[in-house]
Amino acid sequence: MSIMIPLREIGIVGYGAYIPRYRLAAEAISRLWRGGQDQHILPVREKSVPGPDEDTVTMAVEAAQNALRRAGLSPEVIRAVWVGSESHPYAVKPTGTLVAQALGIAPATLAADLEFACKAGSEAMQAAIALVGSGMADYALAVGMDTAQGRPGDALEYTAAAGGAAYVIGPAEGAVAVLEATYSYVTDTPDFFRRAHQRYPEHANRFTGEPAYFHHIVNAARGLMDALGLTPADFAGAVFHQPNLKFPRKVARELGFTPEQIRAGLLVGEVGNTYAGSSLLGFSALLDEAWPGDRLLLVSFGSGAGSDAMSFIVTERIEAARDRAPRTHAYVTRRAPVDYATYARWRQKFTV
Amino acid sequence: MDIPRNWRLRDQRYRLQGTRCASCGAHHFPPRPVCPRCRGRHVEPYRFTGRGRVYSYTVVYQAPEGFEQYVPYVVALVDLEEGVRVTAQLTDVDPEEVAIGMPVEMVLRKLGEEGERGLILYGYKFRPRIGDPKGEAESD
Repeated sequence: MSIMIPLREIGIVGYGAYIPRYRLAAEAISRLWRGGQDQHILPVREKSVPGPDEDTVTMAVEAAQNALRRAGLSPEVIRAVWVGSESHPYAVKPTGTLVAQALGIAPATLAADLEFACKAGSEAMQAAIALVGSGMADYALAVGMDTAQGRPGDALEYTAAAGGAAYVIGPAEGAVAVLEATYSYVTDTPDFFRRAHQRYPEHANRFTGEPAYFHHIVNAARGLMDALGLTPADFAGAVFHQPNLKFPRKVARELGFTPEQIRAGLLVGEVGNTYAGSSLLGFSALLDEAWPGDRLLLVSFGSGAGSDAMSFIVTERIEAARDRAPRTHAYVTRRAPVDYATYARWRQKFTV
Repeated sequence: MDIPRNWRLRDQRYRLQGTRCASCGAHHFPPRPVCPRCRGRHVEPYRFTGRGRVYSYTVVYQAPEGFEQYVPYVVALVDLEEGVRVTAQLTDVDPEEVAIGMPVEMVLRKLGEEGERGLILYGYKFRPRIGDPKGEAESD
C-alpha cells in the first residue's frame, strides 16, 4: 500500500499561524499595470505584505511560538526544527538554526530548511510525522512560511503574499488532531521555477492548472481517500493549496467537496497566496473552528510538482488549546492597507 | 563586520534573555554577572515575558546609516512587566498611533543587514499586543 502510516499513533499537538499586518489591494496592481482592464476578474481581493523588518525567519518564529503555546510544551523538548520556504533569507545558512535559537529549542535538536516551492511546508510536516511516528523523538516542529516574490506587473504579483503556519507533531495522547495517514504524489512537471540568483520566478501560464495543480491535488487526495475507504462526505472540512480563489474551489468541486467544507480554511481572498505557508495557514484556520471528532483533510501543492495529502481526526483537546494563542483570524483581521508605492519601497523593487 | 559580538548577544537579542537574582529576585536586562541591587552572585538566566508598556517614545526621521529603509520609525522606552526598562524600536504601528502607556509585546524582527554580502541581524522590537490591544487582560 502506498499510503503512509506511522509506527505509533501521533498527531498535531500544537499549531500556530502568522500573517503580516499590511495588505495591498489587487485592484491597485490592476490599476497600475493593466489600466484596471482586469478589475472584474481579479484572483484575490488583497494580499498580505511583509513589513520592512519581516522575513521568513521572523514570521516562522512567531507562528512557532504560537504552536508551542498551544502545545503547552517547553521549547527544549523539541527534537527537530524544519522550515519549508522558497524565501529563506540566506542562500546558504539555515533558517532552522535561527528559529531554534530564538525559541530556546537549540542546541539538542535537528534543524534544516526544506525547499519544494509551495509544498515545502507540508514536506516539513511529513518529515516531522516520520521522526515522531518512528519513535525516534517525541516532538518535532514543522513550519511552512514565505515572503513570496512577484515580478512587478506579472500575473503572480496579484497574489504573491507573506505568511504561514507552524505545527508541533507529537504523540496522539497529547494531540489536538490525530493523524490517520498521509499520501504523497510527485512528478517532474515544470509549471513554475526560479533559477539560482534570479529575483523572480517564471511560470508557465495556463500550464500551471491542469497538468500541475489539478493533476497532483486530485491524485493525492483520491489516493489517500481510496486507500482509507473514505469519501468527501466523511470529512467535516478540507483545505487545498490556495494560489487564488478559483483553483481550490474548482478542485474541491471536482473531488466532490462542498463549498461549506472548504469555507473555514479558504483565506486566499483576504491574504493572498502565502506559497509554502498557504495550505498550512488554511489548515490552522480550519482547526480554529473544528469540533472534536471532525475528520479534516489537508492537501498541499508545490510546483515542480507534487502534493501531500493528510487526514486528521480532531480530539477534545482542541477546545482548551485553541485560545492559548491568537487565532488565525486575529491575524487576518489585523490589517493595515498600504499603497503600491509603499509596497514597492518595502519589497525593494526600486533600484536606487 | 562584528560576527563574534552578534553571536555572543544572540539570546539577549533574539528572545530578551536577561538575568534574575536568586537572592533578592531582581530582574536585569541586559544580563548581569552580579546583581546590581544586592550584589549577590547567584544570578540565573531569565527570559522576559516580553509584555510591557510604552514609557516614552520618539519618532526617527533622520536615520543613522543602515536604518534608512525603515524611516519613519519609532524608538521607545518600554517598561517590562518584570520592572525593567529597555530601549527598542516599535514595529507594526504608525507613529501617530503610539501613546505613552500603550501595552506592547516583544517580537523578533530584522534589525538590519550588514550590506549585500554580510549578516542579516535580528533582534527584539515591540508592537501593539495582538488580541488584547488595550492590555485589559493584564493582572497589574
